[in-house]
Amino acid sequence: MRRVMLCTVVAAGALWAVGCGGSKGSGNGSGASAQTGGAAGGAAATTASGPTGNATVSGVIHFTGTAPANPKIDMSQESACAAKHPTPPTEPQYVVANGKLGNVFVYVKSGLPADAKYSPPGAAVEIDQDGCLYRPRVFGVVVNQKILIKNDDPVLHNIKAVPKENRGFNISQPTAGMQTTRTFTTPEVMVPLECNVHGWMHAWVGVLPHPFFSTSGTDGSFSIKNLPAGTYTIEAWHEKLGTQTQAVTVGAGETKTADFTFSGPKA
Amino acid sequence: MNGARFFASLRMTGSLVLAAPLIAQQPQGKAVYDKWCSGCHGETGAGDGFGARTMLPQPRDFTKGVYKIRTTASGEIPTDADIRHIVEVGMPGTAMPEWKSRLSDGEIGAVVQYIKSFSTFFKGTEAKPISVGSAPGGSGADEGRKTFEKLECFKCHGQGGRGDGKSAPTLKDDYGHPIRAADLTESWKCRGGNTVDQIYTRLRTGLDGTPMPSFTDAIEGKLITDEQLWRVAQYVRSLSPEKPPEAREVVRAARATTLPTSLDDNAWKETERFWVPLVGQIIDKPRWFAPTVDAVWVQALHDGRSLALKLSWDDPTRSPDPAWDEWLGRMSKAMTDVDGAVPTQQSADRIIIQWSKTPNDESERPYFLGGSARRPVYVWRWTSDPARVDEGTETGLGHFTPFSSSQVTQTARFADGQWQLLLTRPLASADTTNAPRFTTGRAIPMAFFAGDGSNGEDDVRGAVSTWYAVYLDVPTPARVFVAPLATIVLSAGLGMLLVTRAQRRERRADSPHREEQ
Repeated sequence: MRRVMLCTVVAAGALWAVGCGGSKGSGNGSGASAQTGGAAGGAAATTASGPTGNATVSGVIHFTGTAPANPKIDMSQESACAAKHPTPPTEPQYVVANGKLGNVFVYVKSGLPADAKYSPPGAAVEIDQDGCLYRPRVFGVVVNQKILIKNDDPVLHNIKAVPKENRGFNISQPTAGMQTTRTFTTPEVMVPLECNVHGWMHAWVGVLPHPFFSTSGTDGSFSIKNLPAGTYTIEAWHEKLGTQTQAVTVGAGETKTADFTFSGPKA
Repeated sequence: MNGARFFASLRMTGSLVLAAPLIAQQPQGKAVYDKWCSGCHGETGAGDGFGARTMLPQPRDFTKGVYKIRTTASGEIPTDADIRHIVEVGMPGTAMPEWKSRLSDGEIGAVVQYIKSFSTFFKGTEAKPISVGSAPGGSGADEGRKTFEKLECFKCHGQGGRGDGKSAPTLKDDYGHPIRAADLTESWKCRGGNTVDQIYTRLRTGLDGTPMPSFTDAIEGKLITDEQLWRVAQYVRSLSPEKPPEAREVVRAARATTLPTSLDDNAWKETERFWVPLVGQIIDKPRWFAPTVDAVWVQALHDGRSLALKLSWDDPTRSPDPAWDEWLGRMSKAMTDVDGAVPTQQSADRIIIQWSKTPNDESERPYFLGGSARRPVYVWRWTSDPARVDEGTETGLGHFTPFSSSQVTQTARFADGQWQLLLTRPLASADTTNAPRFTTGRAIPMAFFAGDGSNGEDDVRGAVSTWYAVYLDVPTPARVFVAPLATIVLSAGLGMLLVTRAQRRERRADSPHREEQ
């Protein structure tokens, strides 16, 4: 019972934070921008209210050891999707090139002022179902920011979110050209997205109360910009290799490097 | 009538009481829950009661606030009425029974509030049901079939609707447990009911926590119209009989002049079908709580020389099938700690028909579960791969000794998630000691066992029936036809004779009188 009460308080607090973020944020016209780094970064959060600055935390995600082979996908039942892949497709669990790791979600876990509130940027973040894969596979949104779900495949996809802190959804997009918008109302790293028609389709979305996040590109690089000066805990998340954190202190106008190194799973 | 009205008003008073503040109701709700619900759903509502580990689908985890059967949009919490409905009527095809006959309206209302208290998602949120119109007129099943194709429902539910679509082997629920695409030809087991309205509502809301999505966006995105979705619901409804089948104890084997030798013989169309329900074998270890096959349809014919049985049963897999390895992996994980490890290799599909060795001894039937050492049963054991049928003796489930040769012949076919099997044997077996003679005019005890090899069902894991029987029609003796004919001829003849005689006598009596005139 006590647990239930506690959860209620937490949930109520989150709702309050979201609600207040919206009203308070409208006064801030500075238009903070937190860019995602690299090609696989997905759409960036373009504008947000709340305190921002001109500090940057950037770095590279290194990978040591041997990455397990990505699972092969049998797309024979979906010729329209298979045709989009010049080489036999695999599920991109490990995006590794030259010792760098892509699709790592890097974000400010803590360190922002306690009263900092950020309203969601107006622009939606897009996730596309293309060739029976999600593009991007790993991305972030600000709480209540729109996620535009698109289907570019002439086949049935269902897109199902399986969150813990948020309400999920499970909607069908039976053909190409379909679009749907959804939002998450509570911070949660990460919310899994999946397609049940195609069991190999997975994506993850990090839902944060601020715009300070980035996804590493194929070159392993990431960059979190427009941070106010401060000391932050930066967390790096990978779908198979878990999380790592490090503390970074960055002054106004500074750029600090925070590299991470993930090792392949032990055989 | 007045009494009914009185009780209805009582019920209304009850629902007024329900509107009272949440807190006031929880003590009673908790008492009801702890007594009747916690055994499966767990004391903290996490779906982890002691009964849960033998169940698939598993009991709802109320702490997540995710409900399958709702009238609200995808991802939304259910209304109080939604939860109440499921408590009242239960969930067909699962372990969840109906509670209306045991709990009062007030108790159900209280337990609904208590169930909601397990999840924070209900706090301060009002559930809003989606607006559902009414079914358009006409049957529209043909049009529904087209939209069913367009929406690619077959990807999971299969072309014939039997849950055998290409994606079916990979389906899992929110807990990672394997989950079946519904067999739409057995819609009496649909969790949320099988009226057209209920099916339509599921299409709109989806079944949260499962792979079944909402198709509301397909209407809003103008891919299909609302009416077309209604037609899909009508089509889906048309795949199942009006009423759920009922089990009858005795299968009739009518007498035919010649026995059908193929599964498609027209004779089968005119032969009555009997429905034999099966349940998981949960007596002998390893027990099996999640069988695939839930019933066998049986048809029987004989020609005075042989008996032919045509069986058909729904099974989404023709086992073994590599496409289902993933399913078996999930199954092993979900069911392993019940009675030891579930096999990780698929085996063949099986059906076993067991017969009493002494069908004429009506004093006692052998033990229904494979007989016993003292009273063995005579058995036909069919496997799909290789397709063959063995005759033999069983002295307890799984203790099978085949005969050196089998007189039973088999013809099998798998299509669209269904097995069809024709088995034939002479009424008089060559092996008079071990195989009983099938005599006409008697109910011959028989029972069934089915195993789906892709579902981890090997050994004694599978689905079983209790004793049923087959009754071979007695041949109609010639005298049945001759006797009435003879009677008619005889009585007509006698009548004629009597009339003629009487007329002659009358004439004779008249003549002298005339002569006198």
